[in-house]
Amino acid sequence: MFGLSALFLARFQFAFTVGFHIVFPAFSIGLAAYLAVLEGLWLKTGRSAYLDLFKYWLKVFSVVFGMGVVSGLVMSYEFGTNWSAFSQKAGPILGPMLAYEVMTAFFLEAGFLGVMMFGLNRVGKGLHFAATCMVSIGTLISMSWILSSNSWMQTPRGYRIDEATGRFLPVDWWQIVFNPSFPYRIVHMGLAAFLCVAFIVAGVAGWHLLKARREGRQASEQVRLMFSMAMWMAAIVSPIQVLAGDTQGLNTLEYQPAKIAALEGDWESESRAPEILFGIPDMENETTRYKIAIPYLGSLILTHSLDGKVPGLKDFPKEDRAYSPLLFFSFRIMVALGMLMVLVGLWSLYLRWKGKLYDTPLLHRVALFMSPAGFLALLCGWVTTEVGRQPFTVYGLMRTADSVSPIALPSIATSMIAFIVVYFIVFMGGITILLRTFAEEPHPGEHGPAEDQPQRAAGTTQVSHQPPSGPTAGAGMAE
Amino acid sequence: MTETADFWLPVVWALLAATAIFLYVCLDGFDLGIGILFLKEKDHDHRNLMVNTVAPVWDGNETWMIFGGAALYGVFPVAYGTILPALYLPILFMLLALILRGVSFEFRFKSESPMSQFFWDSSFCGGSIVAAFMQGVILGTLVQGIKIENNVFVGSSFDWFTPFALFCGLAVVIGYALLGATWLLWRCEGELHDAMRRISFVLGGLMLVTIALVSIWTPMLHTTYMQHWLDMPQLALVAPVPVAVVVLAAALFLGLRNPRSHLLPFIATLGLFFLCFSGLGINVWPYIVPPTITIWQASSPPESQTFLLVGTMFLLPLILSYTAYSYYVFRGKMSAGHHYH
Repeated sequence: MFGLSALFLARFQFAFTVGFHIVFPAFSIGLAAYLAVLEGLWLKTGRSAYLDLFKYWLKVFSVVFGMGVVSGLVMSYEFGTNWSAFSQKAGPILGPMLAYEVMTAFFLEAGFLGVMMFGLNRVGKGLHFAATCMVSIGTLISMSWILSSNSWMQTPRGYRIDEATGRFLPVDWWQIVFNPSFPYRIVHMGLAAFLCVAFIVAGVAGWHLLKARREGRQASEQVRLMFSMAMWMAAIVSPIQVLAGDTQGLNTLEYQPAKIAALEGDWESESRAPEILFGIPDMENETTRYKIAIPYLGSLILTHSLDGKVPGLKDFPKEDRAYSPLLFFSFRIMVALGMLMVLVGLWSLYLRWKGKLYDTPLLHRVALFMSPAGFLALLCGWVTTEVGRQPFTVYGLMRTADSVSPIALPSIATSMIAFIVVYFIVFMGGITILLRTFAEEPHPGEHGPAEDQPQRAAGTTQVSHQPPSGPTAGAGMAE
Repeated sequence: MTETADFWLPVVWALLAATAIFLYVCLDGFDLGIGILFLKEKDHDHRNLMVNTVAPVWDGNETWMIFGGAALYGVFPVAYGTILPALYLPILFMLLALILRGVSFEFRFKSESPMSQFFWDSSFCGGSIVAAFMQGVILGTLVQGIKIENNVFVGSSFDWFTPFALFCGLAVVIGYALLGATWLLWRCEGELHDAMRRISFVLGGLMLVTIALVSIWTPMLHTTYMQHWLDMPQLALVAPVPVAVVVLAAALFLGLRNPRSHLLPFIATLGLFFLCFSGLGINVWPYIVPPTITIWQASSPPESQTFLLVGTMFLLPLILSYTAYSYYVFRGKMSAGHHYH
């Protein structure tokens, strides 16, 4: 009983910290790509609104990236503090992948971040754009390694188990890295990160469009430009994301059928399975209560045929089942949000065609309301895939209960409270600052982070000699 | 063939890991030091200037810590899986402190009211102190030894709460503050430069005292550590260390006394850190979790170590070169405005 509670707290703590963390890398991945696109378009077209938007979102990036670094730092040690048994066994496989992530990506991002943030006047446009691209590529490589490790835990390949120590030993790194669920996961997560940022951008733009309308003026060119870009993303990427999600579902059905059964709330394996729209899965009595179901749809979605066979939870031993009530809802919330995004995208296409994209307050209000939708969907998706892997850490091979560290309950309880307090402060601080940044309308001659705060700009003033700085590039140094 | 690989791979990795940790200590050392120096330096403009000297590079500095964790996980999973639970509380408090200080870094520039400015300044300073102190405690606890049976930590949650480990915590706080002060002395001018020069004298003296105490204390912890100072082949390795400490200490104080010398104190402090670090390394060798687990016992299989080594050979020089480039771009003295010229 005592051990169980420590296990529960270890899981809760890990879920809490990783859930907090994932928001920021997702934000960084999407935002870095957006920044690279903005700067590229500025260099190509010379339209200054792109540069203004670049500088506007760069201020946001510095906050988001910093929060990602520090919350990621926690993750790289928490495997050991909370899951030492798992680390010792799976370390030979997962450790090198994480180390590669840091070496190929994290250093790339952090190394070029300074130049990207403060270097526009120091290194010239071309090099600066290269730095921005490096940061963006870094975030994408980083995501690839992390998702590869996670996918290996879901669909392990290319390993053997050492009999003496019980450790997972690498046999074929190619198979380990490109394990069966990895390609699907990376597409799904990458698109999710882009959508997260697209909807944040749309929300900020929507708010300024509404504000301008209330004040009886036209919103700035920058606001309209970013709203338009975000709506293109919603219209194009959301439907692709639905397809990507569907293929990942098929992949999961093939390799982790128990997860599918749990997230669908299906107990009996059957052909021509209905799709349960709503219900409350009951693990104790092996049934889903208050069902509202559509006949055949379950088979159709999961197997793309009306009489395809869909697994049920009763196919699997009781001790190997994931907790269906949680999965059932996290999955449905994710799907519902995805569908809403598709609708917003389609609607924006229609309004764009009609020439009313900037004159439809209802769309702007919906965009504002939906700004956290990407992140909510992302978190629900991760809950689905991670809780769906339970009760294993390495799917089918190592149980979560056997993975935990020998840490005492009081220690983990103490640190849990400390984590909640610190993360609460940090999150509130971050949100306040982001909202304050968002409250300012992006405008012509936007200042970047370096010029934004006089103190900070003054700090990067050189005394020895001034390198050639582009007089065209923004406000210049504060001298 | 495999015999030699089994022997040498962990040795190479131990050296690489030591290099990464040392780089972390140097790089994050001075930026944590800047936070610690907030205790002394209350002036708002000065504080901004101090933080600005590291603003473009601090994310990169912290990344070495992430790398250390990931490499340990991949290359010495047994060490990773025993040290971290053993040091659970100090490590989590260090991480939390690093979080608070990391976000304060960004937030303090963006806060508007004096209240929130004060809050984020305090958490920047407090976070830096706690992180530095906990790093010292972690080091001290490791050196003093961890209770292990069958590769599982069997000690209690507060094994780290000993005079030696706590003293090591204090020593690291002092050391980082000195590193920060000499860094600022190099990168700034005017009043702040002068203030840092003055405080470096005090911190330099304190650091030498702590080095002396830890050096005497460490060999008394374990007989194996003592042996290193008595047996011949090891003695040849460790004997130059105290001599070099004296030379570098002299260089530090000469540099501090000479108003035209700007870079020397920082270099001398880095040298002192290097000596302390290698001195501890020699003491602990070949254990990675003293006093029971050696680097060979802690290793992941050669397949894992080779896989990672191949990439590291290419990537580490690359990382070092663009890190150097980033420092180069932001080189030169910082100033708060015209009144410093």
